[in-house]
Amino acid sequence: MEALSPTMEEGKIAAWLKREGDTVEAGDTLAEVETDKAVMDLQARGHGVLRKIIVGEGATTEVGNLVAVIAGPDEDISHILSEAADATGAAAGAEPAALTATAPAPTAAGESAAGRIKASPLARRLAREKGLDLAVVAGSGPGGRVVKRDIEAALPAGVPAAPAAVELAPGGYEDIEPSQLRKTIAKRLVQSLGPVPHFFLTTEIDMERAAEARDALNALGDTKVSFNDIVVKVVAQALITHRECNAWWQDSHVRYFNDVHISMAVAIDDGLITPVIRNANRKSLREIAVESRALAERARNRKLLPEEYTGGTFSISNLGMLGIDEFTAVINPPEAGILAVGAMTPKPVVHEGSVTVRRRMRVTMSCDHRVIDGAMGARFLQTVKRMLENPLAIVW
Amino acid sequence: MATITYRDALNQALREEMERDPNVFLMGEEVGVYQGAYKVSRGLLEAFGEHRVVDTPIAELSFAGIGVGAAMVGMRPVIEFMTWNFALLAIDQVVNSAAKMLYMSGGQIPVPIVFRGPGGAALQLAAQHSQAFESWFAHIPGLRVVAPATPYDAKGLLKSAIRDDNPVVFLEGEMLYNLKGEVPEEEYTIPLGEADVKREGNDVTIVCHSKTVAVAHKAADRLSSQLGVEAEIVDLRTIRPLDVETIVASVRKTNRCVIVEEGWPFCGVGAQVVDEIQRAAFDDLDAPVLRVTQADVPMPYSKKLERLTKPNPDQVVDAVKQVSYLDGN
Amino acid sequence: MTQAKADTALDAGRAEFYHDLYRKMLLVRRFEEKAGEAYAQGKIGGFCHLYIGQEAVAVGAIAALRDDDYLFTSYREHAHALARGSPAREVMAELFGKVTGSSKGRGGSMHIFDAGRNFLGGHAIVGSHIPIAAGAGFAIKSRHTTQVAVCFFGEAAVNIGAFHETLNMAALWKLPTIFICENNRYGMGTALDRAAAVYDVAHHACSYDMASETVDGMDVLAIHEATKRAAHLARAEQLPTLIEARTYRYMGHSMADPIHGHYRTKEELEEQKKLDPIDRLERRLLDAGLATEGDLATVDSDVMAEVEEALEFAEQSPDPAPEDLYLNVCRD
Repeated sequence: MEALSPTMEEGKIAAWLKREGDTVEAGDTLAEVETDKAVMDLQARGHGVLRKIIVGEGATTEVGNLVAVIAGPDEDISHILSEAADATGAAAGAEPAALTATAPAPTAAGESAAGRIKASPLARRLAREKGLDLAVVAGSGPGGRVVKRDIEAALPAGVPAAPAAVELAPGGYEDIEPSQLRKTIAKRLVQSLGPVPHFFLTTEIDMERAAEARDALNALGDTKVSFNDIVVKVVAQALITHRECNAWWQDSHVRYFNDVHISMAVAIDDGLITPVIRNANRKSLREIAVESRALAERARNRKLLPEEYTGGTFSISNLGMLGIDEFTAVINPPEAGILAVGAMTPKPVVHEGSVTVRRRMRVTMSCDHRVIDGAMGARFLQTVKRMLENPLAIVW
Repeated sequence: MATITYRDALNQALREEMERDPNVFLMGEEVGVYQGAYKVSRGLLEAFGEHRVVDTPIAELSFAGIGVGAAMVGMRPVIEFMTWNFALLAIDQVVNSAAKMLYMSGGQIPVPIVFRGPGGAALQLAAQHSQAFESWFAHIPGLRVVAPATPYDAKGLLKSAIRDDNPVVFLEGEMLYNLKGEVPEEEYTIPLGEADVKREGNDVTIVCHSKTVAVAHKAADRLSSQLGVEAEIVDLRTIRPLDVETIVASVRKTNRCVIVEEGWPFCGVGAQVVDEIQRAAFDDLDAPVLRVTQADVPMPYSKKLERLTKPNPDQVVDAVKQVSYLDGN
Repeated sequence: MTQAKADTALDAGRAEFYHDLYRKMLLVRRFEEKAGEAYAQGKIGGFCHLYIGQEAVAVGAIAALRDDDYLFTSYREHAHALARGSPAREVMAELFGKVTGSSKGRGGSMHIFDAGRNFLGGHAIVGSHIPIAAGAGFAIKSRHTTQVAVCFFGEAAVNIGAFHETLNMAALWKLPTIFICENNRYGMGTALDRAAAVYDVAHHACSYDMASETVDGMDVLAIHEATKRAAHLARAEQLPTLIEARTYRYMGHSMADPIHGHYRTKEELEEQKKLDPIDRLERRLLDAGLATEGDLATVDSDVMAEVEEALEFAEQSPDPAPEDLYLNVCRD
């Protein structure tokens, strides 16, 4: 069996197109094979007579196994056939060992008989957000369902709903020494994943209203606003709300910035450079549009000064204009996050109760796990999504 | 602000729109000389004459069709059905003609028409005269479906319906015609497609429309005084297009929802609302959404049985207790 | 109708008018033949009802109307759109479901609309457009214009409640509306005398105290004159008329139905074809010396070229764009 797709591990003979005794030439289609992806042709690699079909129609065999023998009309193939028979026998004999049953784990408290914890969707979300293990919460709802009040009761008293905001001078930053826990997380994730432990969060954003807003703005006058400008503005604003994502990993500490400096990936002839829009959170959309155009132009003409492409706190890479739907970007250290922005594509979605075609955009955030945890990144992305879906939020 | 009845609010809306636009006319059984079966059109014949307030024979299918034809050439007819029960005879014109004309003509021919009249049950009118048809019409792309609960909403929405370029199914309530409420003296309209939060609360969302808004209010008062549960009442006002945003925002806040409607349960308006909620607010739900509807039977005549059939505040209170886990499971 | 009456002599001063009628009837005939072919090739889908045999009715009647009069028809309406002046290419493109079609590919054979020419559809629920046409009549009356609303429908629609409800209101309210019943004798496969207690459709007008006329629907000039009289009555006195045009269809009810068989014989069909409306006008033109065989052959080749061009246009035109699927469900 040949590997007919990059990921194929076994193939099933859908049909033999040659029969035993047929003469075959190199390149003739011998059989149709169902792979993990499609039905592909299995072609003869040499010429001769199809002497023996070993894997019949409907049978599946691993890549590398013998499926048929092509040889000269009188050539002795008995040794090949006996080897093939041995291999098949061994494989068949090995199977029952794999069928040893494992005893089910004992049912934990709060779990239903089927092993699934019953909890309302809200309770699940709250537990996730507070880092609470649902299995240890006693459910008071019907059939032991864990509901909101059970989560609230399970949380230690005095846990603040949200971390207290730290007042800082504008433009400044705050260095916070990582806790032992965070140090351990940092160490362990680096060991497992490389210097920057990436993880990825993807969401799909409805861009219909952003597109309307852009059209309306562009109808106003000379400065043209791009979707990327809108993304830059929204990300900058969201990072002010989610300061935990606007940060540098500094080994001994994490530096949280009070202003947002957006590194904007710009493709140049032989590579990539990231000019920085400074204090993007304080700039209007119009200022961002003007500045990003000027920076991109200078980048392409190689006129950027070092201070113009360093010091970013968060990156945005946009391959939408190249027709990429979705991709993951590599973090630009010491920044802790980068947002990979895909193309806006019309898709059928349910909107206001009916299926309608709307422009959607997929974005993927790469996070440095030493700084950003899953829920932190997700909440930030949720804010970005909400703002893009209701662009008036920019002026909120 | 003047306090007037739902009936007079509708009358004002018709009168103002007929004064505003000579293309608006009212047609239906008993709308003219008799002054309207439910007196919604009182005084209009005298004000506008028999060419704009047109009494018809009992021929629902064809006077609905005449309305459609007039709308196709630029008039803005208001077709009154004495009740929506009789409009079943005209459903071909509402569904096959009015709703589809714009689409199947490739956008050439809008049908700006309002079909209106009382829907749902009144008192002891039995099976053929007591049915709520919201979900029937809301199923059809191309129609707008409106069902106001108060005099203020009735007037503002009817004016918008008459000005809308699409066919509008406007469902009133025989039991609502005498309801009094404040209506501003000055001109106003209410856009179609916007729900209204009739009462604010943090503990549970009650979605309702038309007559069931009053049912929801009674239940909410009881919940507040007896259990300290503060219900938020979302009055849909327009069934299609549905204001999903307002519903979802409320459910996100309260984490639980009960839907009350006058129609039958199967494929009802509430079923659509549940679908919207479970998709948009799944992770905000602390309990399954429950529905209170008319019992799944043709309306019985017996007063006792009729009371059992209609959705009532007790059922809403029970449903709220259930979604709030206050019913001791 | 079984026997053609002796045709009246043509008026030499109106040669151009006769030529126009001849050309339009032939355009309809060739268009429908081509549509039939395209349907057989799978290029046209759904239901497709051809008008071959009935050309005199649409062409004769519409020629008697003004451009600002409103037309409403049933689903056998390609001919009426062509007679009203809709370009053949747009009608053909609609049959092909293309975005360049009369209804941008949303309507198809049964729902042709041309609002700019007051051609208000192609309605496919039998009888449903009869009240709709009266509604246009109501609007005309409200606005005090001298327009007329005209409704074409088949004899099977006469048994529908909407026909009777509408005739009653149109007569009661004096709506300037002309109801033209194209009696082709068969509602799909059911002969009129097997479906209706009253065979003479025009007699129904008596119940509603409405003017009526029965006319030879295979004679384009007869139908033209009758429509002219009805239009005059509508414009001058705002009175409706019921016209019964006795005609015959050569094809099956739709392209999916047999031409003859259980419900009518091949012999009957062949007999009726002898009364062909196009042949009849042709003979009269030749007899009166108002055209030569060469003239008429030129008309035919012109018309064929127009139909071929329409076909080519329909084939080459794009399908509606998928992103426009939701366009025009409602108007914002």
